[in-house]
Amino acid sequence: MSEAHPHDTGEALSAHVREEIDHWRTKFPADRPRSAVISALHAVMHEKGHLPTESMDAVAAYLGIPPIQVYEAATFYSMFETRPTGRHHISVCTNISCMLCGGESILTHIQRRLGIEVGESTPDGRFYLKQEEECLAACNGAPMMMVNHVYFENLTPEKVDRILDDHK
Amino acid sequence: MSEELVNIEVDGVPVKARKNAMIIQATDEHGAYIPRFCYHDKLSIAANCRMCLVEVEKAPKPMPACATPVAEGMKIFTKSPKAIAAQKATMEFLLINHPLDCPICDQGGECELQDLAMGFGRDVSRYSERKRVFKDQDLGPLVSTDMTRCIHCTRCVRFGQEIAGAPALGTIGRGEMTQISTFIEQNIEHELSANIIDLCPVGALNNKPYRYRARAWEMTQAPLVSPHDCVGTNLHGHVLRGRLMRVVPRANDAINETCIADRDRFSYEGFYAPDRASRPMVKDAGTWREVDWETALETAANGLRQVVREAGPGQLGVLASPIGTLEELALTAKLARGLGTHNIDHRLRRVDFRDQAHEPVAPTLGCSIAELEQAASVLLVGCDVRKEVPLIAHRIRQGAVRRGAQVAFINPRPLDLRFPVVAQLTSNGYGMAQHLAAVLLAALRAAGKPAPATVAASLEGLTPTSQHEAVASALGAGELKVVLLGALAQRHIAYAELRSLAQALAAVTGAKLGYLPEGGNGVGAALAGVLPHRTAGGRPVPNPGLNAADMLAARLKAYLLVGGIESGDVVPGVTTEASLKGADCVVAITPYASEEILSVASVILPSAVFAETSGTWVNVEGCWQSVAGAARPAGEARPAWKILRVLGNLLGLPGFDYSSSEDVRDELQRELAAYAGAITVGSPFAAGRLASMDVTREVGIYQVDAVVRRSAPLQATADGRSAAAPRGGNA
Repeated sequence: MSEAHPHDTGEALSAHVREEIDHWRTKFPADRPRSAVISALHAVMHEKGHLPTESMDAVAAYLGIPPIQVYEAATFYSMFETRPTGRHHISVCTNISCMLCGGESILTHIQRRLGIEVGESTPDGRFYLKQEEECLAACNGAPMMMVNHVYFENLTPEKVDRILDDHK
Repeated sequence: MSEELVNIEVDGVPVKARKNAMIIQATDEHGAYIPRFCYHDKLSIAANCRMCLVEVEKAPKPMPACATPVAEGMKIFTKSPKAIAAQKATMEFLLINHPLDCPICDQGGECELQDLAMGFGRDVSRYSERKRVFKDQDLGPLVSTDMTRCIHCTRCVRFGQEIAGAPALGTIGRGEMTQISTFIEQNIEHELSANIIDLCPVGALNNKPYRYRARAWEMTQAPLVSPHDCVGTNLHGHVLRGRLMRVVPRANDAINETCIADRDRFSYEGFYAPDRASRPMVKDAGTWREVDWETALETAANGLRQVVREAGPGQLGVLASPIGTLEELALTAKLARGLGTHNIDHRLRRVDFRDQAHEPVAPTLGCSIAELEQAASVLLVGCDVRKEVPLIAHRIRQGAVRRGAQVAFINPRPLDLRFPVVAQLTSNGYGMAQHLAAVLLAALRAAGKPAPATVAASLEGLTPTSQHEAVASALGAGELKVVLLGALAQRHIAYAELRSLAQALAAVTGAKLGYLPEGGNGVGAALAGVLPHRTAGGRPVPNPGLNAADMLAARLKAYLLVGGIESGDVVPGVTTEASLKGADCVVAITPYASEEILSVASVILPSAVFAETSGTWVNVEGCWQSVAGAARPAGEARPAWKILRVLGNLLGLPGFDYSSSEDVRDELQRELAAYAGAITVGSPFAAGRLASMDVTREVGIYQVDAVVRRSAPLQATADGRSAAAPRGGNA
């Protein structure tokens, strides 16, 4: 049974994204298409950098689930962005171990250097300073941050500057 | 049905509880109250508000009563210090972000959060930080939002998923910034959507048309029955100074459970439409004049009497709306027959009456509404079930989703259903009958039976497809199977064939044949004898009068219209206006004096709408429900049964001395009892060959009757806007 998806603009998902979704569908019970939402959204994020509403609707239509269930997952998980962001995603850990080792001053340094607050992107579209929701599980290297899924540990302001310079 | 029971102890009292029941279900049955927000017995269990924490012996922590199954020997303490402490702590958390705006909140005074905060809240908040706020969303014309008040119980989300099957609301975001939202701005469009107003335990989702109009404690509550469809939905009307301010559900598990359709909830807005007739009026040489009741009734009686005397009773046609009370329908029938005419009908949108002599005395469901949910298989013929009878659609959906009921449709077009179906066979005109015939043929072949003579002609030359066979085989299995004829079938050009075929199909598969008549009193009207071929109780008339369509086509000299009949209520294409305009005398007993009614009528007798009159509605199960009325009739309007009583007396007809609507009902009941068993329905109709023809008669969900057509909030919904047809009166 296909349901009407009022916001399905018919925008096709790319062949690669479809393939990716099909692959993940095989890992879950056939009658539980909702299980594949997160993997599907990862695939779209990789391709587009964020999740446009049309793409989320397309995922919903492809999986045969109501669009709201895709929006729920997309807005809940901090690794998904529903608005366009800068190219390089920076997440600075400020959880207990990093906080004790100066994580917050690292964050302040980055904010001052880039001239943006947490949750904002630089006007040149180069950096996006993510809201980090939880511990990134690298307490042994505190303070640390993650740039584009790569961990950088034992940070100092100088080290941070070099890392940022390396990301064009 | 014997259920396994376990022994538990609630606050020291030994109780037996159903095995696998949750603690809260057991305590609810036992009468021990546990506070809750997210738990609702018609929805799935979420266990996310934590308000129902109770102490369970040997459990190290308080347990959520809504998500903890009872077990043999379990000892539950709902009011122990540990339980109360847990509940109070939960309440403190829930109130952290809840605004203290009860004085400007419509929910104030009937708010579950307010009530429980009285019982479990602290006097002074320990939380002095900023509360989070959310922007309100526009969910459409029916539901207002104040999302800052939301406590995230997710009842509305679960309602969308489980009851409506059309989830629009979800939990967006996370942590403190979690909010219930549609994410992208959109209206929630569903025929049951406004039930989230009642489900919401706080003031986040509220009744938009009623907003800021009254306070719960100022109003009086009276039971009502919805007249808009055949379910007989139980309502409560809330009345302030004689005016109906809002309508809420009245729980009745046998009929509507705790749900009502948006149509039932918001139709009352149509009561106070600008064209409401508030004073009797008489047309003098083309000019309307407001008069007193006596003059208006005299004029009406004289007009009718004159036509009957001079042109004969055959020149009088009586049309009654099936949304009226049983009492007014019974008196209408009595008046018509007292004047000597059988030209009386309530089947205003029907065109095919060939089979009327063979129809059952009362067009009922064949089973109870609750049983419909248990049916193994349901075939709906000519029925846009979600729009025609939303609560029947809800029952069928529950059966399909929860119990795997096999549901199929034969309709002019595919429907947007929110549940799995075996097939939707679609075709216009006679094609619908051909589909039904093919299903019958498949069922006959599967059963190895020959075609009954009555339908043999219709089956000639048909070859069932795999879809027809699938529908037939679904009807072949299971205990309770139902074939239902909806409004689209009853308005169909080949209704006689559809009915014969459905009857034969029911016979060969062992299914029940049921009907979904239009209006809240379609069954009552049939029982009261508002038919040209039958009097009260279904006693046949030797020389039947004209049916509704023929009455209008025949351009009679006089018409009596009862219940606000407009062109939107009759068959489109029938020249209502021309027929009525040509008549010498048109007496309209109507709640509305619309342009259209003013242009055709000669006397307007303003009548009360459903919540303004006492009366009885007989629902599709044959259940009689009498209510006393709630609101004061607008202006000088009077209950229609009283108008008819006086009219009967003025016309000198015998037996119109009733002192209450109950007298009318009791008299009808005695008559029905006297006829019981003496009714024979004629021999079956012989269905003919099915030629093809293209006719569809659709009436929008919010176009069904005069009251609904005038409800501004309903007309502002997508359904209302899309169906704002030119013939919908001055909706």
